[in-house]
Amino acid sequence: MHPLVESIQARFPESVISVYEWRGDIAVTVTRDEVHDVCRYLRDDPSMDFDYMVHVSSVDWPDEEERFEVVWEVYSIRHRHRIRIKTRVPEHDCYVDSMTDVWRGAEFMEREVFDMMGIRFKNHPDLRRILMPDEYSEGWPLRKDFPLQGKGWRDTFDFLNDGTA
Amino acid sequence: MGLIQIGKKHEKDGDLGVITLSLEKAVNWARKGSLWPMTFGLACCAIEMIAAVSSRYDIDRYGAGVFRGSPRQSDVMIVAGTVCRRMAPVIRKIYDQMPEPKYVISMGSCATSGNIYDSYSVVQGVDRFVPVDIYVPGCPPTPEALFDGILKLQDQIMQKRVFTKQPEEVKPFVEKKIV
Repeated sequence: MHPLVESIQARFPESVISVYEWRGDIAVTVTRDEVHDVCRYLRDDPSMDFDYMVHVSSVDWPDEEERFEVVWEVYSIRHRHRIRIKTRVPEHDCYVDSMTDVWRGAEFMEREVFDMMGIRFKNHPDLRRILMPDEYSEGWPLRKDFPLQGKGWRDTFDFLNDGTA
Repeated sequence: MGLIQIGKKHEKDGDLGVITLSLEKAVNWARKGSLWPMTFGLACCAIEMIAAVSSRYDIDRYGAGVFRGSPRQSDVMIVAGTVCRRMAPVIRKIYDQMPEPKYVISMGSCATSGNIYDSYSVVQGVDRFVPVDIYVPGCPPTPEALFDGILKLQDQIMQKRVFTKQPEEVKPFVEKKIV
């Protein structure tokens, strides 16, 4: 097993749910309550030293009990290693801790996850929509149960003067 | 366009370069020869539009090379690329700011019909909210295709009646909300 994973498991034996390794890709799934602590450890521990937030994304698994999955990918510029941290979020309790206090670069990417998937981030400084307009009211476009063509917004042109739109 | 009739005859005669034509034709000729485009590059089509301006293709041959950054100085808006719904009010506002006479070229499949992007955010054709004069097909259209569109637009401009009242502009087609 990868030494990074071993140290994470040694440090957080209770919170690591599963580990995925494939051709140098490491992904660690941790519990939602601990994910913030794990990330803080990843940044602050000198042997980890993950200082670069690469990407935040999310996955919708409509048939599973804990429907959503939030994925943070981080990289260490000094050690040149990277890791993916995942956590599961159920639909009825759709929030997860924000990583903006650990890596400030997560701010916009977490806003994008919120915008597209509707997952709320606790302690996010400015959780608003980022791609869709603020007044967009059709829901969360990248959820699997969202209709592909939307719900009529793309064909509604309320800015036209005649008001027939 | 049958306009430049400074035939060789006149030169042979040693005559002055005098041409006779209707004022309408002269106006149209001036308009078609100085189409100043408003760039509206939204996606990869914009790259082909840029190539059309560069020296190899040289859009200036058609008098349409003076790309303006301001709608108030331009005659033709080339909508080049995928039109997202969030961009739509901006396009409309810029179209409204252009002085008459104004023309719109819809460049590429995305601006014309949405192309394959049948999604919640992509407008299915820029003609839903601005009137389009010329549709240029292609994904993306080559500079030659864009030139063909510009030449077709010039043909159209020569057909225009300048000093007679024109019928009011047809309102843009708006599809009913589907929900």
